[in-house]
Amino acid sequence: MNYDIIVVGGGHAGCESAYASSKKGHKTLLITSNINNIADMPCNPHIGGSAKGIVVREIDALGGVMGKVADKTHLQIKMLNSAKGPAVQSLRAQGDKIEYPKEMLNVLKTMKDLKIMEAMVEDLIVENNKVKGVVLENGKKISADIVILTTGTYLKADILVGDTRTRQGPHGEKPSQFLSDKLKEYGFKIIRLKTGTPQRIDKKTIDFSKLKEEPGDDKLLTFSFDLEPQYKIEEQLPCYLTYTTKETHKIITDNLKKSSMYGALDDIEGIGPRYCPSIEDKVVRFKDKERHQLFIEPESKQYDDIYLQGFSTSMPPDIQEKMVHSLPGLENAKIIKYGYAIEYDAIYPTQLKKTLETKIIENLFTAGQINGTSGYEEAACQGLIAGINASLKLEKKEPLILQRNEAYIGVLIDDLITKGIRDPYRLLTSRAEFRLLLRSDNADQRLRRYGYLVGLISEEQINRLNKKEKEIKELFEILKEKKLKVTKEVENIFVMNNISIPTSTMTYYDLLKRPEISISFLENFEVINYKKEIKEQAEIYLKYEGYIKKAYKEAEKLIKLEKKKIPDNIDYDKIKNIASEARQKLKEVKPTTIAQAIRISGVNPSDISILSVYLKKEYGKSE
Amino acid sequence: MNDTICAISTSLGEGAISIIRVSGEDAITNVNKIFRGKDLLRVESHTINYGHIMDDNKVVDEVLVSVMKKPKTFTMEDVVEINTHGGVAATNKVLELLLENGCRIAEPGEFTKRAFLNGRIDLLEAEAIMDMINAKTENQRKMAINQIEGKTSDLINELRSDMVQIISNINVNIDYPEYDDVDIITQEILIPKIKNLKAKIEKILNETENGRLIKEGITASIIGRPNVGKSSLLNALLQEEKAIVTDIAGTTRDIVEGQISINGILLNIIDTAGIRKTQNVIEAIGVKKSLKAIDNADLILLMINNNEKITNDIQELVEKVKNKKYLILINKNDLETKLDRKKLKVEPERIVELSILEDKGIDTLKEKITELFKIHEIEKKDPTYLSNTRSISILKKCLQRIKDIEKSIKNNVPIDIIELDIKNIWEELGKINGTNYEEELLDEMFSRFCLGK
Repeated sequence: MNYDIIVVGGGHAGCESAYASSKKGHKTLLITSNINNIADMPCNPHIGGSAKGIVVREIDALGGVMGKVADKTHLQIKMLNSAKGPAVQSLRAQGDKIEYPKEMLNVLKTMKDLKIMEAMVEDLIVENNKVKGVVLENGKKISADIVILTTGTYLKADILVGDTRTRQGPHGEKPSQFLSDKLKEYGFKIIRLKTGTPQRIDKKTIDFSKLKEEPGDDKLLTFSFDLEPQYKIEEQLPCYLTYTTKETHKIITDNLKKSSMYGALDDIEGIGPRYCPSIEDKVVRFKDKERHQLFIEPESKQYDDIYLQGFSTSMPPDIQEKMVHSLPGLENAKIIKYGYAIEYDAIYPTQLKKTLETKIIENLFTAGQINGTSGYEEAACQGLIAGINASLKLEKKEPLILQRNEAYIGVLIDDLITKGIRDPYRLLTSRAEFRLLLRSDNADQRLRRYGYLVGLISEEQINRLNKKEKEIKELFEILKEKKLKVTKEVENIFVMNNISIPTSTMTYYDLLKRPEISISFLENFEVINYKKEIKEQAEIYLKYEGYIKKAYKEAEKLIKLEKKKIPDNIDYDKIKNIASEARQKLKEVKPTTIAQAIRISGVNPSDISILSVYLKKEYGKSE
Repeated sequence: MNDTICAISTSLGEGAISIIRVSGEDAITNVNKIFRGKDLLRVESHTINYGHIMDDNKVVDEVLVSVMKKPKTFTMEDVVEINTHGGVAATNKVLELLLENGCRIAEPGEFTKRAFLNGRIDLLEAEAIMDMINAKTENQRKMAINQIEGKTSDLINELRSDMVQIISNINVNIDYPEYDDVDIITQEILIPKIKNLKAKIEKILNETENGRLIKEGITASIIGRPNVGKSSLLNALLQEEKAIVTDIAGTTRDIVEGQISINGILLNIIDTAGIRKTQNVIEAIGVKKSLKAIDNADLILLMINNNEKITNDIQELVEKVKNKKYLILINKNDLETKLDRKKLKVEPERIVELSILEDKGIDTLKEKITELFKIHEIEKKDPTYLSNTRSISILKKCLQRIKDIEKSIKNNVPIDIIELDIKNIWEELGKINGTNYEEELLDEMFSRFCLGK
């Protein structure tokens, strides 16, 4: 049996990979250890969040599935930072941990070129540094042209609770025992990472009267550019807030040695994420803080588990009981599942190409947590890119490489493969130098055409985008031409709205440059006959025109440098005068462009000069 | 890599004429922005054009500009060369204007490098160029470390750590909006912080200016109508016969320089031809230079004759010097007083009464200069200043950005957009002391704020 593509792992990365490649008509096999865990959310119940919400929009723009599945199944949705500028607004939904995976499985089951199989992969078939398929636990071999590994935290996973270490994945699932050792044998540098998750609490035992309610937005929102909202505002489930107490902190301090991370286990190698500290870390590192905020979040409409965000721990169960009961509203709470830390193996990501194919084994792609990232969205977008590029490779077409000025996805992949990681990588707004260009509102304008080009976006979808862009342009021109004459009546409206009256006749465009004037205010004078999203786009572009143009100008510099290619076969040992640290880094990362080389830490401007000169000399004008 | 670069290509301080070379896509456009004369965008390639370099409406220097369009140039890019005449200060000013108008200072060897990369120099020369670039960059590395001395480096670091706190806090506000126990940076919080940053940057620039005074001294121009005693003053100050002193009006045709030390600070004195309307061509050049000397000097010593009534000429000159640091020297107090001091309309402390013939008032003049430049206050040991044009230009750019930020705040621009400018300044400052900022910000975010699941 020969497949075009085998995807190993059915998490968020694997689902997108399998969807993309089968949608593109490639015979695809998705191997998962447990079909019930397809698109599982073993940790927090969110889809989206700051920066991550924009990634979900980007996935949708490119033709991936995460956004649509989330839209159909979430419990609540919000626009984060809605009071801030357009560049930092981002959607976050509270996913339903039963409905989301179910819907994802349904989507995958409709793909006629996709087959799903339950099995454990423990080795690869590799010939001449080229992958040919996978070997299952039972020794059975399945061949394929391309293999995509999306194994998540399942490589040699250990669950850590107090002084116990158990070889298992999330939900007590069986992890892959040997695959990471095999990868090491093939020459991969493997690192060990760590993350953690908090307790699940029985909803019926929480006293909600003591908690602050956090409802969803009272505005209908969607991740997807193609779907109408699938929910009713009033049917959204609320989240709640509570705080740690002095007593909580005392329990933690008194029992610190019982935590796996603080001495109970002496063989911790994994490096935990800076942005996801355990509650032990928070109490130890921030001694002066009187309390820490905790979020109480529903996991599903189907069961009573409540997720206690902010309380991740590796304390033994008896201490966790005490800790939870010290929280206001949770005095009598019943813990359904204890918090734990998990250690797992990952591939050091500088061993990947921008396409997410590994540099060491041809036709082997990796995506998601195996590449050292954390988060469902980070995983999903890598899965999509790996799925697309694996397909394009089969089709012998140019790969899809998104630049840092085009998408958060581009930032993420470039960061991973250029800078490597220190701890599990999470996307943050501050990682994107062009965030003014990488907005939630314009993800379709940035990326849909790529989706169309690779065959995941339909003619109809692209026509809709073309129409939208045409209308934005039209409206922009109209605003430039339309003038407001200051009559008595007009003056009155300005006064009533407490806005200073313009001194002379002005165009709508100039009026809108004033921060206090919006299109909806101008509609007091004249109805502007365009859809809300069109007005929104015109307004954002107009209000932030100066800043956006500046960002484009900066981006142009980058684009120029991205065009300066470095050939694959360059021999850095042959370049005289390059600093030795730079040489080593360049050999490790193998940057494909000068722009990428500049971003490698330890490579100085003088090294770049020498490299440029060398390229010119060796490769002439062919660059 | 094809941005537009500029550099002074003659060595500073040597010769009256300096050449500033500009190369790159926007070379002609950028120079045109500060050039008054023919529209350089429309002139033929390989032409020399006469005109003035302007700072807004102020003439900086009289120049000749060569416009050479690609590809027949040294770098094979558009190249403009500006021949300045006004000495070090004017040349630096022109360079500064170019930097403000979209050029960047060339790295050592960068013109040559471009010439090579663009195929102007053949491959045989490549090895030599490689060695040269390497040598230059080794120097560059050393320079990067040594370019700022102790205290200034600390100041820049302090500035950056102030900034990283603001930036990380804003980023936490963006990335963790649901946390209600993190301070939210609002305009009210930001305004004083930005003001503080501005003050600190201005302080460094001021100290840099003081540092320059320590290193290069004060340039003082003695100006005045012919035969008022300018050369005599110079000689009195220098106590040697350097300038030619006669009683024929208009003898001094060239700028004569001399140096003395006032309380440890060098005073570079420039004697100029007497300012008056003249038919004599050679002398006319001298007069022009005198007027230019007003623009380029740190200090103007305007000399007036006690023995003459005030004229429109003199009043005009007084007005001309008022926007500079200046002193009015009234000479020939040994003769009958005909000059009405009140008509000068200057503060009395600006006036120094002299009789060079009787050797009176020279010490008072030195004291006044000391006061005017607060020479006593300048720390003479361990001067803390940026000595490198690139660093100064970075800092000036940062100051400009800070001013932009203040405007943005006034215009209610969202804080997260203002943060982009703050971060940009922080990165630029990092370039001054070569700090690697890559992980700095993230570390700051997660060490100062308690966040996460």
